[in-house]
Amino acid sequence: MTTTDLVPARAMGTPRRRTEGPAKVTGTARYAAEYAVARPLHLHPILATVPRGRVTAIHTTAAEALDGVVAVLTTRDAEALADTADREFAVLQDDEIGFRGQYVAAVLADTSETARHGADLVRVTYDEDPFRARLDPDSGELYAPDSVNPAFATDSVIGDVSSALRDAPVTVDATYRTAMTHNNPMEPHASIVVWEPAGTGGRFTIFDSTQGVSATRRNVATVFGLDPGDVDVISPHVGGGFGSKGNMHANVVLACLAARRVPGRPVTYALTRQQMFSLVGYRTPTVQHVRLGASPDGRLTGLVHDVVEQTSRIKEFAEQTATYSRSVYAAPHRRTTHRLDPLDVPVPSWMRAPGECPGSFAAEVAMDELATACGLDPVELRIRNEPDADPESGKPFSSRHLVECLRRGVERFGWSRRDPTPRARLVDGWWTGTGVAAAAYPANRAPGSGATVRFHAPAAGGEEHWDVEIAAADIGTGARTVLGQIAADALDVDVDTVEVTVGDTAVPAATVAGGSSGTTNWGTAVVDAAQRFREKFGADPSDGDEADGTTPETDAAEHYAMSAFGAHFVEVAVHADTGEIRVPRMLGVFAAGRILNPTTARSQLLGGMTMGLSMALHEDSVMDPRSGHVVNHDLANYHIASCADVGEIDVEWIDEVDPHVNPMGSKGIGEIGIVGAAAAVANAAHHATGVRVRSVPITVDAFLG
Amino acid sequence: MNADITLTVDGRERSLTVDPRTTLLDALREHLGVTSPKKGCDHGQCGSCTVLLDGRRTLICLALAVAHDGAVVVTADGLGRGDELHPVAEAFLDADAYQCGYCTPGQICSAVGVLDEAADGWPSAVTPDLAADEVVLDRHEIAERMSGNLCRCGAYAHIVDAVSAVGNGAVR
Repeated sequence: MTTTDLVPARAMGTPRRRTEGPAKVTGTARYAAEYAVARPLHLHPILATVPRGRVTAIHTTAAEALDGVVAVLTTRDAEALADTADREFAVLQDDEIGFRGQYVAAVLADTSETARHGADLVRVTYDEDPFRARLDPDSGELYAPDSVNPAFATDSVIGDVSSALRDAPVTVDATYRTAMTHNNPMEPHASIVVWEPAGTGGRFTIFDSTQGVSATRRNVATVFGLDPGDVDVISPHVGGGFGSKGNMHANVVLACLAARRVPGRPVTYALTRQQMFSLVGYRTPTVQHVRLGASPDGRLTGLVHDVVEQTSRIKEFAEQTATYSRSVYAAPHRRTTHRLDPLDVPVPSWMRAPGECPGSFAAEVAMDELATACGLDPVELRIRNEPDADPESGKPFSSRHLVECLRRGVERFGWSRRDPTPRARLVDGWWTGTGVAAAAYPANRAPGSGATVRFHAPAAGGEEHWDVEIAAADIGTGARTVLGQIAADALDVDVDTVEVTVGDTAVPAATVAGGSSGTTNWGTAVVDAAQRFREKFGADPSDGDEADGTTPETDAAEHYAMSAFGAHFVEVAVHADTGEIRVPRMLGVFAAGRILNPTTARSQLLGGMTMGLSMALHEDSVMDPRSGHVVNHDLANYHIASCADVGEIDVEWIDEVDPHVNPMGSKGIGEIGIVGAAAAVANAAHHATGVRVRSVPITVDAFLG
Repeated sequence: MNADITLTVDGRERSLTVDPRTTLLDALREHLGVTSPKKGCDHGQCGSCTVLLDGRRTLICLALAVAHDGAVVVTADGLGRGDELHPVAEAFLDADAYQCGYCTPGQICSAVGVLDEAADGWPSAVTPDLAADEVVLDRHEIAERMSGNLCRCGAYAHIVDAVSAVGNGAVR
């Protein structure tokens, strides 16, 4: 079966406020570090100050003598972990240093002030080894990974692209760069961990800020050699993640190690903002060489997208940057490659739309350059290169409305009045222009989620209601709310009678909130549970009846290429004298299947676009190659878009219902908003000023001199 | 070294003993269990800890508790009356001006401060006439005045909608 029987939409598609809204606007929704626990201890870590080498001595006497310090954990005395196959989790296991900012010790004390003071008193000495911390596209150490995140082919070759480029009447050949960036959710990663010994083992209770309690349970169980059932993880509210709380990081291991040192006592560890720049992942910088060959009418004959990016020497992460170019535009001859430069730096990881986000910057600016080279409107150029089927696999698209997004945007944005001449509009001292870029993001689906549906009929005339339980994560997406809408429609009941529990390992395990796949995976499991419930109990169930469901396997991906699509239209103003760049207007039009909750969907798409604007103009983690240190490691120096940076933003979507991705007819929307946004800003900046900027962030110096 | 202080937090008088290094934010979060103000940076860079301190919006991660004995603190949890939400909080719900919710209590306290400051005629960096008696809270003014509160989910456009809705209605 490849076509899913769609659940009739009643609550789905109707705007609905967030279930937890009142708790969030009053601040009473509890995040990980905020649980009231008895006699908590506070942890403050000591981080390596060299990027490569080994610890030679750790002096802890002064710290241990401090009133209120309960324990100092170091590489010299930490317990041996059961499994350190994932090197990121090998916390305090030996004296080797793989990056600056790695944990080398930690102080546990009865107050946060004393813990920090104690950490200041710990003295660590090192033997330093030579190291490299700056991405070098000409590095002799470049290598091809076995695959790129999560399991895509490293390279792809179709046809004879060299000949195609050689013979092409029109070509673009340019190198694009994106900066190292950090996720920086507003809530720093945090855990409260309690270890309670029992017999020869024991159990962990972990209040954590995570995009997936089930994955955290599995990881902690593996690292400490426990039964997963002996690890409880609780995370009902998460203050953002954007990928950085998707894979568990070393901070959870450190907090667990500390908790085992003080059985029965809760250990609180909330990272400082500065610690987040070395310990919880980031997006690799990229260097992308794009070559396009086309006929004079703009039709692509050849496309090459070669990527160099960094990984950490201690653990590989290969961002799938060129995969964007595998699926968006038709071209008979094509090639994509990824090469990694292994550095002595913190471990890169997921950040909102890994791959598609940086890859679309290069691909979509290159298309703008091709439009200029062909003398074509950039919207028309994209329409001319619309493929009939997925360009690499040849599979038909389950649904694809990129052209409709572009056309709707043209209408909404007033694009048809645009004079294509660059540097032709000087208004009150500002060069103004407009730009466009496409967007695409795969509609991912993975097994591994379960759900329970339970019916309650109070005896004495109370309102009947339904419990829906699934260990999903609501990191601000509105997952809790939308799962209630899905359950209501699958059960054919009033949405107000459904109560959803997420973020707790006490309920059925679920996949992480990642890859824009949460609603697909979890919603499908909820639908399955609801349908099983009706099969089992019919239309007239009794109090306490319940049924479990899972995300059934589907072979849709064998038959269809499945992606969400979109188009960004952006207006830019660049000050003629200062080079200051502003973005007064953005429009995003998306085709992402059925929009299940227009209220929260609009926010997610708008949020993605805002993060794309932030990437375009601000975000740049400055790695000092002499020290291996991100020198601007706080929010005063690592700039993200603020309220005044954002002008008018419009979000719109095309009516689309995809019957192949999931039974709701939806596709993921968490990431597509950021894809292509920065390219649209760069393209608009070119139209405004005539200056082609091929790197982000775009700063004033690009337009001066 | 420790000091005994008294704070009025959301209408309740609270006495506590604090380390002189304890910030007002940590005094609330770690000593009094008042976790409505959030810690996003601890350096006055993000705005998540914003409360109304003696009536004015303040970043309390930069305030030492011992220096604020007797202070009156109103957090986002204390803005409403009984079960009724403050109009700014209602406007945030109406506009879906939040996602993860972590910066939200600070945004709302800040917005209440913005409305008060504007009503008092305080100009901002984008006010055209610094000497004018009245401030018109248009989108531009609101965005400027709300820029001390970072939101990584990118809800800014909706935050401006929410504050506009209240600013154009009757809040005081």
